[in-house]
Amino acid sequence: MAVNVIKESCRGCSICVKSCPFDAIKMENKLAVIGTACTGCGVCVEKCPFNAIEKTEEQKESVDLSKYRDVWVFAEQREGALMPVVKELLGEGRKLADEIGCSLCTVLCGNQVDGLVEELFEYGADKIYLAEHKELESYRTDAYTTVIHDAIKTYKPEIVLLGATHIGRDLGPCLAVCCNTGLTADCTRLEIDELDKKIKQTRPAFGGNLMATIICPNHRPQMSTVRPGVMEMARRQEGRKGQVISIPVNFNKEDIRTRILEVVKQVSEAVSLTDAEIIVSGGMGLGRAEGFDLLKELANKLGGVVGASRGAVDAGWIDHSHQIGQTGTTVRPKVYFACGISGAIQHVAGMQNSEQIIAINKNPGAPIFEVADYGIVGDVYEVIPALIEAFDK
Amino acid sequence: MKILVCVKQVPDTNEVKIDPVKGTLIRDGVPSILNPDDANALEEALKIKDEKPGTLVCVITMGPPQSEDMLRECLAMGADEAYLLSDRAFGGADTCATSTTIAAGIDKIGDYDIIFAGRQAIDGDTAQVGPQVALRLGIPVVTYVQDVKLCKEKLIVQRQMENGYEILEVQMPCLLTAVKELNEPRYMSIGGIMDAYARHVTVWNHEDVGLDPKDCGLNASPTQVFRSFTPAPKGKGEMLAGTVTQMAELLKERLTEKHYL
Ligand SMILES: Cc1cc2nc3c(=O)[nH]c(=O)nc-3n(C[C@H](O)[C@H](O)[C@H](O)COP(=O)(O)OP(=O)(O)OC[C@H]3O[C@@H](n4cnc5c(N)ncnc54)[C@H](O)[C@@H]3O)c2cc1C
Ligand SMILES: Nc1ncnc2c1ncn2[C@@H]1O[C@H](COP(=O)(O)O)[C@@H](O)[C@H]1O
Repeated sequence: MAVNVIKESCRGCSICVKSCPFDAIKMENKLAVIGTACTGCGVCVEKCPFNAIEKTEEQKESVDLSKYRDVWVFAEQREGALMPVVKELLGEGRKLADEIGCSLCTVLCGNQVDGLVEELFEYGADKIYLAEHKELESYRTDAYTTVIHDAIKTYKPEIVLLGATHIGRDLGPCLAVCCNTGLTADCTRLEIDELDKKIKQTRPAFGGNLMATIICPNHRPQMSTVRPGVMEMARRQEGRKGQVISIPVNFNKEDIRTRILEVVKQVSEAVSLTDAEIIVSGGMGLGRAEGFDLLKELANKLGGVVGASRGAVDAGWIDHSHQIGQTGTTVRPKVYFACGISGAIQHVAGMQNSEQIIAINKNPGAPIFEVADYGIVGDVYEVIPALIEAFDK
Repeated sequence: MKILVCVKQVPDTNEVKIDPVKGTLIRDGVPSILNPDDANALEEALKIKDEKPGTLVCVITMGPPQSEDMLRECLAMGADEAYLLSDRAFGGADTCATSTTIAAGIDKIGDYDIIFAGRQAIDGDTAQVGPQVALRLGIPVVTYVQDVKLCKEKLIVQRQMENGYEILEVQMPCLLTAVKELNEPRYMSIGGIMDAYARHVTVWNHEDVGLDPKDCGLNASPTQVFRSFTPAPKGKGEMLAGTVTQMAELLKERLTEKHYL
């Protein structure tokens, strides 16, 4: 795709220059000139008041796309347990597969992980491509890339989804290079185009200031990593069954160029923010660490957990494992209380999909109110005790 | 020992704001900076050089001509050589095409023992270019590295995980992607800044690195931006009114009505 300026129509108003997210347009002799930084995103096309910018699609010769079928989910396991994001991917993958009219499959690698097979079927997998080997027990880039790349070559999935975990974000880019295809990172929305049945992948860019919808028209598989906590989990259907297909493990020990010497777990207070239905979060507005005791009391009352803004974490009032937002955890609880949190975009990025957002802030102009379902203007130290009392009754 | 560091010039996305009326990105006055994780990557290379005198540290970037400023910053921090891959043909590259070009540049520089990259660049946050360059060069990769120790022909590194870290042994040459916990990047030295302006920055185009334009930039990018937009703000909800007690009661009522409590 390329973006071109129609010289006859350009009036030199420079609106496009300002609208370009990539700073790729310059004015030369009152004419817009598209520079090398252009990514073909097309923002300028929409913004130009004179219809002087057009976006053209180039027809490329491509691999035979019709040979590729099915949606695959990478069933990431650690120490024999599935990562929660796998269930979210199965939830989303099911919708995509139904819309395309194909099967939902998972690819599972590990050592003695057949115990997970049943769970994957019950969460919606129709087929499981299973690779078992001692060298696959824990994730290593070379081993997993080789095995899964081989399977992709043989079975040709149309779409491959991975969780954007530390492992998924390592494996994804390697597979994409091996398959000579594109990978869209950290997607927050996936949809199938009604007409051509291709996937449209939407992700945040520029720290969440801009959203971009990415397509991968001429290469297969279409690959995405998906942020944990964003998609809805699949429902478990007891007794649901499917087909297991063993995939071969073709590598020698010396092909694996890293060796795990030790695994160190840093136990932080068990906070499962991603599973919580109710989250009570605090920010700088609490003013002191003790404020979190009050929030904890409210959270306990409602059966929820405590979250925090980066401001509060940086202030040292609460551990980083509670941080919600772009650089913390993404959450989508049923109810989210934001107490003394201003609503910076990086925080909002991690909680805006909550079903109900309640903002408590003493500044009526705080941006958090823009995303809140219910707003209470007031001091947290007065409002929270009143809430505890009300919920007590 | 020769260490290469992949660096990228990025807009300081913390300073990017949305024009609330027009819904466009305001970039006026937004400074360009060395990508934060890349500063950690460079620092680690410089630390190894401090320990092992005679180590050569080269920085490499693919970008528009103005990226040269950032390369000079890297020289002022202590890098020995700087390479800029710049060509119209490289424009509009996704991570797949970017990694092809950088790998071609690295091949031409040659003879490296370690390559450092940042974990991710803040303009796109993809975290793909590092591992993809490694794959194209055929060398092992470790991502999310928070500690590095030299141990003869091997490296002992810590790889950050969500709930702790792994200690890995990896063969050289290899590529490591740096997270901010790896170190505290140094500042440019005054002498370094003075010097940096007189130093040579090598600029290469597609011919210099032996790539056909069809294998570069937009032409070689499997992914395409279909559209981009500013996220629509979620509609503002109800502001509760009254005394604190009344508001608390009202909230309870609303949440109960909707079956949230
Ligand atoms: C690259 C990057 C990544 C980031 N990632 C994250 C992230 O993942 N998560 C995150 O949260 N932030 C993140 N941030 C930081 C973010 O930009 C904000 O700085 C942060 O969220 C602010 O925290 P806060 O709302 O608690 O504090 P402030 O912005 O200081 O807001 C405090 C609020 O409390 C109100 N207040 C004060 N006293 C009271 C009181 N007694 N009662 C009621 N209200 C009161 C004030 O009116 C104000 O609105 C990131 C920033 C950057 C640059
Ligand atoms: N154009 C580029 N030139 C040099 N290095 C790059 C470039 N793009 C990305 N990188 C490197 O790859 C890392 C990850 O970038 P990204 O995949 O864009 O998040 C960065 O931190 C850089 O080290």
